[in-house]
Amino acid sequence: MSFIRPNIRHPQLPVNDIGFTRADYEGALSTLCAGCGHDSISASILQSCFELSIEPHKIAKMSGIGCSSKTPAYFLGNSHGFNSVHGRMPSVATGANMANRDLVYIGVSGDGDTASIGMGQFAHVVRRNLNMVYIVMNNGCYGLTKGQDSATADKGSASKKGVPNPYSSIDLCETAIQLGAGFVARSFSGDKEQLIPLIKAAVSHRGFALIDVVSPCVTFNNTPKSTKSYDHVREHMNATGTFDFVPLKDEITTQYEPGKTEEITLHDGSAIRLHKASENLDFSSPRSAMNEIEKYKEKGEVLTGLLYLNPQTPDTHELLGTTSKPLNSLSDKELCPGSDVLKSINSSFQ
Amino acid sequence: MRKIEAVNDFVIKFANINGTGSASANNMFAKSIFRSGVPVSPKNIFPSNIQGLPTWFEVRINDKGYMGRRGGVDFMVATNGQTMKQDYDEVLPGGYFLYDNTKPLPPIYQRTDINLIGIPLTDICIKEYRDPRQRQLFKNIIYVGALSYLLDIEFNVFQELVQDQFKGKEKLITPNIHALELGYRYAKENYTETCAIKVEKRDLTKGKILVDGNTGSALGAIYAGATVAGWYPITPSTSVVDAFEKYCKRLRIDPSSGMNNFAIIQAEDELAAMGMVLGASWNGARAFTATSGPGVSLMAEFLGLAYFAEIPGVLIDVQRTGPSTGMPTRTQQSDVLPAAYASHGDTKHICLYPANPKDCFEMSHQAFELTEYLQTPIIILSDLDLGMNDNISDEFEWHDDTLMNRGKVLSEDELENMSERWGRYLDLDDEGIGYRTIPGTHPTKGSYFTRGSSHDEYAAYTESSEAYVRSMKRLEKKWETAKSMVPAPVGHKAKKKANIGAIFYGTSTDASLEALDQAANDDVHINGLQIKAFPFNNDVKQFIDDHDYVFMIEQNRDGQMKSLLVNELQIDPNKIVSILNYDGMPITASFIVDQLNNVLDQAKVTPLQAEQG
Repeated sequence: MSFIRPNIRHPQLPVNDIGFTRADYEGALSTLCAGCGHDSISASILQSCFELSIEPHKIAKMSGIGCSSKTPAYFLGNSHGFNSVHGRMPSVATGANMANRDLVYIGVSGDGDTASIGMGQFAHVVRRNLNMVYIVMNNGCYGLTKGQDSATADKGSASKKGVPNPYSSIDLCETAIQLGAGFVARSFSGDKEQLIPLIKAAVSHRGFALIDVVSPCVTFNNTPKSTKSYDHVREHMNATGTFDFVPLKDEITTQYEPGKTEEITLHDGSAIRLHKASENLDFSSPRSAMNEIEKYKEKGEVLTGLLYLNPQTPDTHELLGTTSKPLNSLSDKELCPGSDVLKSINSSFQ
Repeated sequence: MRKIEAVNDFVIKFANINGTGSASANNMFAKSIFRSGVPVSPKNIFPSNIQGLPTWFEVRINDKGYMGRRGGVDFMVATNGQTMKQDYDEVLPGGYFLYDNTKPLPPIYQRTDINLIGIPLTDICIKEYRDPRQRQLFKNIIYVGALSYLLDIEFNVFQELVQDQFKGKEKLITPNIHALELGYRYAKENYTETCAIKVEKRDLTKGKILVDGNTGSALGAIYAGATVAGWYPITPSTSVVDAFEKYCKRLRIDPSSGMNNFAIIQAEDELAAMGMVLGASWNGARAFTATSGPGVSLMAEFLGLAYFAEIPGVLIDVQRTGPSTGMPTRTQQSDVLPAAYASHGDTKHICLYPANPKDCFEMSHQAFELTEYLQTPIIILSDLDLGMNDNISDEFEWHDDTLMNRGKVLSEDELENMSERWGRYLDLDDEGIGYRTIPGTHPTKGSYFTRGSSHDEYAAYTESSEAYVRSMKRLEKKWETAKSMVPAPVGHKAKKKANIGAIFYGTSTDASLEALDQAANDDVHINGLQIKAFPFNNDVKQFIDDHDYVFMIEQNRDGQMKSLLVNELQIDPNKIVSILNYDGMPITASFIVDQLNNVLDQAKVTPLQAEQG
């Protein structure tokens, strides 16, 4: 999308709790196609970070290669970004997180970057429950190389080339649930009302949080026979419900009657207040989540919203027993055992 | 019959079956020589297998300090039926063959030029022990006891070793010493005056240690302040991370919380291992990985990213025999070219070549200093021979005033007080190195986008040819800066004026130096140069220019270091004569001398220099 963004700001722009305006979370101008779903997701990410009042420099944006992986240049311009190699963002994010556990890690990837070349790293970062938000901008095709089907394209779905995809598709949400992710959600780039609270909750969740966002490719995969077109998704989307994200600072006062509304407290003390579409939904059960996803699939529909949540899963640092101080802040004194110790080590080799 | 007579100068080889507990007995033997003050060089020749296949332990004892592999076996300890005949045939005339004579040797064992020493190991064990596992384990200890008598190694050296080894498991001390005595006594009663090879006490191992290179590399990483290791198991590098973890658990636990001041992650593959290293280094931690050739192949793409996006990272490549899976438990120096030029596009990487455990320790530390200052990955090229075998080495040294130099990293204050616009890739000091920032440092200044796509001085994406060329030229300038920072080569001047040179590196060094000494004894004088790093410091070019021609001694088929020299220094290839050992076994001095003589003999007929004219 290209347009000239004015660089004059209104003096009374609203600020968040830590004094930043929304503009402080903006990035460079997007170079994606006009109408690309990815730009809406970028906008939701920056809106979420603004509303959550996270200092921009305390966020690290990680990505791989592809249209989606370019987007971190287009949001959070005051945050560090790392555009790594194709399919390998999870390992780079893992190393970065090991070095400094105090930053917020937002990974952005695509369906090719995650479900094909990066499937191995995706599986293992989920297993390790790295504390990060992993957003897949899922359009079912390879954009930069002109529209080949990806591994998340539904069987029978056809892109601009018109040939129905003969292969089974990979469901990243089901994969993540099976591999032990604590937070799994699906959304749609055209539904900011759903996506923004999901991103905010995912950032607040400690451990691995996946949001698989269906994000139509206007150029190659927005065709009548595609299951990832704007029209198809709008017509076949069913949400597990709606929810409010309640930050830690807001005291929870309203009491809801049990049944359709449920409140889940996250590790940092904030909460998710769910208004479920059905009383039978159980977000704490992987089996129930898988069942619901499959149920809608059978009907040719796509289930969105929060799918699974377990706020109590230990993250990689907890599993490893790492110190609470960021490892990159440890001093020489804390790290180097000194010459006397070396003398005794030497004598053990004599 | 002729008997090999030797004092502190011989090769003894143990033929065992892996998984039978022979390794600890054999190590005890090697350490007994070390503690007798005599230089010793044990080499484990083992299969890629857990249990049941042949394994050998070849020990060279040499009080002149020559620690390269010698070749030839003076004394064989044969306990493996599968290889017995081969082991028997390998003994040099006049040598000794110790075997289990519970059963007599088959009739095909007809040599009359070697000395047989039969000890009924099985019989003794059946009489002494009930438990089958004990019968197996103590067999090894019994032959070590017999060697104590036969080779005249003081028995109390073994007693002390057993006491040290089983500290905390005192129950095991008495039975082990008893087993040693059984062997000692049997040899004494049956083989007085049989063996003319002796170990005499010396004082030559003072200030030395006997340790494997991988332990040295791991300790170097600890002392350098490395906190993050991402790795994938692969022989022969696994023990680098094992040792790192072992010492971290001892030395890197936060005293107040009991938590770890380190993070070690076993990755899903080598790609991920390298990704973790780059993520951590980018984020301001010192991070490393250890692998071998197949892992380097997989890491290539990330190495290219690190080169172009200028991210630090340390990679310890413990080389093994390639190509492909090759011989995973044999040694080689065959990743020299793949490491130097790993990844697509115009990339080159700084490589360090350790030759002994102390080098491993120091270069490991140096690698972290260099990688952060130069903002480019550093590859340490060790190998199986150095990494997994105990090598005699000078003690590791550390000066307590050594502090981490993180290189050009801007602090919060420096960013705050900066008046000019900061650019990640601006070359302000004419060294080809920009100033970097660590994520989270300053609220509004110093953030940038790290990428492997073309970028300008301000880290912005660009497809401008001019900006791309500027980047590539600056990286070349950085390469020039590196030349004066990497360890310089070490010269070994011949005692008489020489117009021939020999270049070597890493584990080819010991055998090469020994070969040069042998040549000097035959009045052939050759100056030596040990290369310690790539890019080549100017002294390397000077050395080649100063000689009529030079030998390049290395352990691969294709003369990889020669190619690197020819390519990088624009040397006439005819001026460098390769001496190449690539059978998977450590190179020997006698092999080098033979090759030298072949070339020199030919040169007498048609002098090599003339070929260039």
